[in-house]
Amino acid sequence: MSSNVMAIPNVQVGSGTWLEILHGWVTTVDHKRLGILYILYALIFLVVGGIEAMIMRIQLIRPHNDFVSPQVFNRMFTMHGTTMIFFVAMPLLFGFANYLVPLMIGARDMAFPRLNSFSFWLTALGGFLLYFSFLGGSGLYGTGNAPDVGWWSYAPLGAQAFSPGHSSDYWTLALLASGFGSIGTAINLIATILCMRCPGMKLGRMPLLPWLYLVMAGMVLIALTPLSAAQIMLLIDRYLGGHFFDTQAGGSAVLWMHFFWIFGHPEVYILIIPSFAFLSEIVPVFSRKPIFGYPVMVGAAVCIAFVSMSVWAHHIFTIGMSSYANAFFTITSMTVGVPTGIKIFNWLATMWGGRIQFKTPMLFCIGFLFQFLIAGLTGIMLAAAPFDWQLSLSYFVVAHFHYVIVGGILFSVFGAFYYWYPKMTGRMLSERLGKWHFWLFLIGFHLTFDTMHFPGLLGMPRRIYTYEPGRGWDTMNLIITYGALIQAMAILIFVWNLVGSYFKGTKAGNDPWDAWTLEWSVSSPPPAYNFATIPVVESRRPLWDLKHPEDPDSRYE
Amino acid sequence: MWGRRRLISVRRFFALAFVLSPAAIAKSAWLMASASGPNIFAPESTPAKTIFGLSQFVLVITGIIFAVVFTLLVYAVLKFGGTAADDRREPAQVYGSTQIELAWTIIPILIVVVLFLATARVIHAVEDAAMPANAVEVTVVGHQFWWEFRYPKLGIVTANELHIPVSDPARPTPTFLTLLSADTDHSFWVPQLAGKTDLIPNHTNRMWMDPHRAGIFLGQCAQYCGMQHAKMLLRVLVDRPEDFSAWVHEQRQLAIQNEKAIAGRRVFETTACIDCHTISGTVADGRFGPDLTHLMARHTIAAGAAENTTENLRLWIQNPGAIKPGSLMPAMKLDDEDLDAVVAYMGTLR
Repeated sequence: MSSNVMAIPNVQVGSGTWLEILHGWVTTVDHKRLGILYILYALIFLVVGGIEAMIMRIQLIRPHNDFVSPQVFNRMFTMHGTTMIFFVAMPLLFGFANYLVPLMIGARDMAFPRLNSFSFWLTALGGFLLYFSFLGGSGLYGTGNAPDVGWWSYAPLGAQAFSPGHSSDYWTLALLASGFGSIGTAINLIATILCMRCPGMKLGRMPLLPWLYLVMAGMVLIALTPLSAAQIMLLIDRYLGGHFFDTQAGGSAVLWMHFFWIFGHPEVYILIIPSFAFLSEIVPVFSRKPIFGYPVMVGAAVCIAFVSMSVWAHHIFTIGMSSYANAFFTITSMTVGVPTGIKIFNWLATMWGGRIQFKTPMLFCIGFLFQFLIAGLTGIMLAAAPFDWQLSLSYFVVAHFHYVIVGGILFSVFGAFYYWYPKMTGRMLSERLGKWHFWLFLIGFHLTFDTMHFPGLLGMPRRIYTYEPGRGWDTMNLIITYGALIQAMAILIFVWNLVGSYFKGTKAGNDPWDAWTLEWSVSSPPPAYNFATIPVVESRRPLWDLKHPEDPDSRYE
Repeated sequence: MWGRRRLISVRRFFALAFVLSPAAIAKSAWLMASASGPNIFAPESTPAKTIFGLSQFVLVITGIIFAVVFTLLVYAVLKFGGTAADDRREPAQVYGSTQIELAWTIIPILIVVVLFLATARVIHAVEDAAMPANAVEVTVVGHQFWWEFRYPKLGIVTANELHIPVSDPARPTPTFLTLLSADTDHSFWVPQLAGKTDLIPNHTNRMWMDPHRAGIFLGQCAQYCGMQHAKMLLRVLVDRPEDFSAWVHEQRQLAIQNEKAIAGRRVFETTACIDCHTISGTVADGRFGPDLTHLMARHTIAAGAAENTTENLRLWIQNPGAIKPGSLMPAMKLDDEDLDAVVAYMGTLR
């Protein structure tokens, strides 16, 4: 990076009365503020979705429990799944993208700031619509009626005949709105990353985080559109007399399954690729080494994106596809493990020979590596179609995808919080509370989700509000619930840390981790429009070059 | 000081995890092997055994991968972790290595090829198995929230408890199921006999099994089908050939007409019961609910939600929601006299 970077004073707009501040936040088109809005919004829903999970776990603590009724339980798992995917994971990851991508590529904002704001508020509308169903989705039985059809809403359960009232409509509209929001943000990210990089930042010099978000955004464009199309078709079925999925009138339930999973599987990678992005930034900094095999890391991500578009039907191995189709989706699903494995090995190689510092962000990343390894291996088991005929739709699958989403994605997101919170707020999160958070969450996670594999092997299907005693499931479910309680405590510590450190955390300074990418060259929090002078970079680690003028990266790339 | 202690504890944790996880895995494997009930690792029929064989192979391969990568990760954390915070020296900056990266690309590809070939064989063996002429054919219809079993060649209709003959591996008599749904999606899963297959409206599926020993095998609906998905239980009663023949013979009889229960029969035939239930040889020919012709031959009622006892039957007829809230059977609101009569009538349907 050229040495003429000029620090500009930390001028923040939006001081004034609380109404002016609120007005500033609501009307903002600043990528950093929108990023924070996404993240706060997602954190609120994380707590809501967590409460729904706790209600389910308390109900399942022993057989024939009657903590909640079957309807309430069914609503809880529907809302938990929909909330966690569409209103926690997606906005969290888009939030970090919004905040970090322009900073890391040396840009002053996203390519389309207004579209950015519009996308956020569409996503926000989606969440409100979904939860308004508790009040507005009156069913046959009078009071509020959240959807209870599962987060896949398999046809024909979502049809008028089986979902009277408006609960399914709120669900459909919520997904449509947030889906359009996601597509808008994806377009924005692609345009920003392709067109707004600072001088010198060729694609081959771009940090891995924007690279992986570029891949993720491309996948969003391809995967979210079939979901939106399917939602519109469902609305046509429900209100305009269509029969796409209306099996009572000759429609096809299988068609819905394909529509849903051709979105649903790429979605898993849409969520995990940003996790890869966080790891690819955090692991090198705390190992004090550059990422191992940068070109291969990019290539593997692109490869994952392509292959993951052709694996969706491994979610529906049990619907009676031909043996050829089952074999095809077996080989594609196993193949996606190869580039994913490459990534794990490359992070391992990045740590190898480094000087690993066990700061909280790094602890979460190490947790990620162990857990994602196991999640990947249970994924191989599920990819073998006949093995899947036993495991699918059981608690084994529930354990597997929570291993991916909690053990993988959520761990990396926690790592990202501890790593970039200083940049966003100017203050460090407490390391002490962070370690409590990490260890408690780790213990709770393993109690819950390691144990959860076994009732699945013993024949326990998912989505049951109660179960029969004497099948070997009782003790396991008790342990799972205790683990969930420990995780909940860890989340409380995390929230406490987020709030407390905002007011009392030690000052971060520009570059608390001695890191190498451009966001650490500006003040914390960064000034409006980020860079007074647009930086010029000569390597993938501009701040390394600046700190080590005798041995810059640009000499080796 | 405090910083140093923490670092050591992190390292000690990983060392401990390294020692404990194989022990934990061994312990769970032992627990699994000794567990009774619908255990996928205790197969009793060819499809389930074939899948079990494949799953052992996959478990061994993934187990080896786990052991190798886990060891490397733990080693990296222990060996390279715990730098003192004040040590500002940077380690050697390594950017990559084509040879190493090629190695960990090619080896996984080879593993995938092997796994795929092993899997494809099993897919073919289970899914494309031809139906022999002596197979027992059953049509399974999934309903919210119970199972209808029709034996078209034998002229039998029953519910929730599937009777099939044991199959001698030397002279197999497998059972082939045709899977249909009357409403939403369901999934037929009896882990010890076969993998699960969904019952989907407008989409006919097929599966088969050939149990190698007699006994009762438990399962339940695996695909979320609505409010009472949890209590759509399933049991398969595998009979020795002579028992199966005897069962078939009994099931083909018309309902027993017992003069002592004539009052209950009259109540049954003059209320809404007949709209949904069939009792062969009477006016009751509804198909919305289970066939009751030989109700007393079944161990359970309400798709396995309750044992088939007089008290449970009485409660079920009076208020199905007490046993299975959300069941589509309405509360019949009979007075005590009629209720007792109907329950007595049910008791004669052997």
